[in-house]
Amino acid sequence: MNARIAESFAEGIAPVTLPLRSHLDWLESEAIHILREVAGECANPVLFFSGGKDSIVLLRLAEKAFRPGKFPFPLLHIDTGHNFDEVIAFRDTRAAELGERLLVRSVEDSMKRGTVRLHKETDSRNAAQSVTLLEAVDEFGFDAAIGGARRDEEKARAKERVFSFRDEFGQWDPKNQRPELWNIYNTRVHKGEHMRVFPISNWTELDVWQYIEREGIAVPSLYFSHKRAVIRRNGLLVPVTRLTPPRAGETVEEVPVRFRTVGDITCTCPVESGAANTREIIAETVLTTVTERGATRMDDQTSDASMERRKKEGYF
Amino acid sequence: MTIMGEIERGSNTPSKSAAGNAVEQQDLGVLRFITAGSVDDGKSTLIGRLLHDTKTIFEDQLAAVTRASSKRGQEEIDLSLLTDGLEAEREQGITIDVAYRYFATPRRKFIIADTPGHEQYTRNMVTGASTAHAAIILVDARKGVLTQTRRHTYIAHLLGVRHIIVAVNKMDLVDHAQSVFDRIHADFLAFAGNLGIPDLRFIPMSALRGDMVVERGTGLAWYSGETLLQLLEGINVANDDDALPARFPVQLVVRPGTNTDFRGYAGRLESGVLRVGEEVVALPSGRHTTIKDIVLLDKKLPLAVAGDSVTLVLADEIDISRGDVIAAAATPPRSAKSIEARICWLSTDAPNAAGRFVLKHTSHSVKAKLARINDRIDINTFERQPTPAALAMNDIAHVTLSLAKPIFIDAYDSNRITGAFILIDETSNQTVAAGMIEA
Repeated sequence: MNARIAESFAEGIAPVTLPLRSHLDWLESEAIHILREVAGECANPVLFFSGGKDSIVLLRLAEKAFRPGKFPFPLLHIDTGHNFDEVIAFRDTRAAELGERLLVRSVEDSMKRGTVRLHKETDSRNAAQSVTLLEAVDEFGFDAAIGGARRDEEKARAKERVFSFRDEFGQWDPKNQRPELWNIYNTRVHKGEHMRVFPISNWTELDVWQYIEREGIAVPSLYFSHKRAVIRRNGLLVPVTRLTPPRAGETVEEVPVRFRTVGDITCTCPVESGAANTREIIAETVLTTVTERGATRMDDQTSDASMERRKKEGYF
Repeated sequence: MTIMGEIERGSNTPSKSAAGNAVEQQDLGVLRFITAGSVDDGKSTLIGRLLHDTKTIFEDQLAAVTRASSKRGQEEIDLSLLTDGLEAEREQGITIDVAYRYFATPRRKFIIADTPGHEQYTRNMVTGASTAHAAIILVDARKGVLTQTRRHTYIAHLLGVRHIIVAVNKMDLVDHAQSVFDRIHADFLAFAGNLGIPDLRFIPMSALRGDMVVERGTGLAWYSGETLLQLLEGINVANDDDALPARFPVQLVVRPGTNTDFRGYAGRLESGVLRVGEEVVALPSGRHTTIKDIVLLDKKLPLAVAGDSVTLVLADEIDISRGDVIAAAATPPRSAKSIEARICWLSTDAPNAAGRFVLKHTSHSVKAKLARINDRIDINTFERQPTPAALAMNDIAHVTLSLAKPIFIDAYDSNRITGAFILIDETSNQTVAAGMIEA
């Protein structure tokens, strides 16, 4: 840590060297403060935990906010059924290590109930998650749902509040958001409405990796370079899975890749990379010329406003 | 179609690989700043220039913006499309709300609050300025100091932004004349010189050509001062808050119970420094004790500085709960049941007829009544208009509020966190006003 010499501000106490707060210290403190405001003000909060890097960072921040106490909320995963097995295993291990309660609600169940209907089985279930998510919010009566979304991810997120209001239909109204001033958060909702809360709003992809490096946080190994069978399609590397088989005429290649995001298996693509550890990922992130979602998400390229439309309908 | 107008990547710009060394170099933390000005002043161009020359704009973002610009029949790329993310904004060519943008250099991380103009300007700028360390006030070199320059400066100062940079932009359109810059400098000081701005700087620039933003460029050889980015990198914000009396609003009591007698108070040290062994006072109880431990997960810290989220363990068992404040024993905050404040009215609706609200201050909320609207300030002339009948959106006014219970306050001018509050309408749950305590 860097240091600076400071005057003594309190009388009778010798001058000391005050620690200089790095940008990660600043971001960490802000996120902890937000998590504690949720705990202090919301009656029945929940934290979305997918096993992805952003929500893994949230768990570390929650430890710093609440230990030696328990988390004042359960963890919830909205399971699309289209997962990377390793991420699900990581999710379960991490929740068990922390000794915190993990709830899982699945899109498959919503499909059985008939509340989710997909065009075909191999369609991305990313958007369908919103239905299952809102069903879970209703089922448990959550009044606040904490998530790992970041404003740098996507344009529609850049204007979202830290405490982001959702009406009784789970909808986000970007034109009618509550002004958010200083670090004073208006957490109030009426029955049936809820808040989405984003403690790492101000973090970038680089900040997340720098924090993972600094804290020595474990993440699923598919974030690191590994050989994988992929197809080159529309400038993306599409992983070959049972849901995304090669199309006629396409060539399957074994390529060293890593995932920058992990989401629905049918629409999440890795990037070509030899980065085998967090330091190498940080070096690559600094040099990259393509955004996180631009490189990896098929669904965000559909239109300039596709994320915004999903969010208005309740998407995370 | 040219990409970014005349903007081209210079060869000696700080490269992204340089930013990668940020972890090794001295990290000055985060600087939050606000950009004030209209599109005509080149605000979007300035933000685009900062993001571009610090290599923050990605190829796919640039491609998307280029596509969108040409779809709208524009010859040059429209950088506002980078920040205007919402569908309605792109359709109507307007900016709806405060957008946050990020970039980093090897020295620090920057958060830009980009606030749009139009009818909600005051409300948006107040929101963006509330968390800003610095403000960039854009002035068009051809137009000089305008009414809106005065308004932007006043709002930034009202919200306690200590570091104000007046950026005289479009110098290329006045032949880079030093005399133009000097005149605007003098005109600005004529109205702002006695506002009491603690750190005021002036810089000539051309955001479009990139002169004096990140690069020095070629047009302004007569100017020997720092570039805008160097100014922003050099602003020292840490000492601003550490030098104040310690204020630790308690957010939660951490009491795991079984198998441990641990009892800690979780919160963020909003100002000052707290050391283990230091005497503190808990309010409202007024009990004095000392700090036994400062805890962050598995670490015990010798001290906490302003901004640190930690858990305090105290030497004595005192009844403390969420909403209480642990403060420097020698310089505690003041208890008040009636407060005088400047407020900015944020709602499209006038105050409810009963004038009753919930006031949220640090980590607690109390019922409040709007007892009196003392005057309204014309933010263009800074004149006070006595006893207005009501308040409308964007109004800034002096008011008296009476509270159901006392709260522990500082004046906003001396502490931006313990001197600030919001008013919430209980029926709509909307945040209707931002408040800054005067006494």
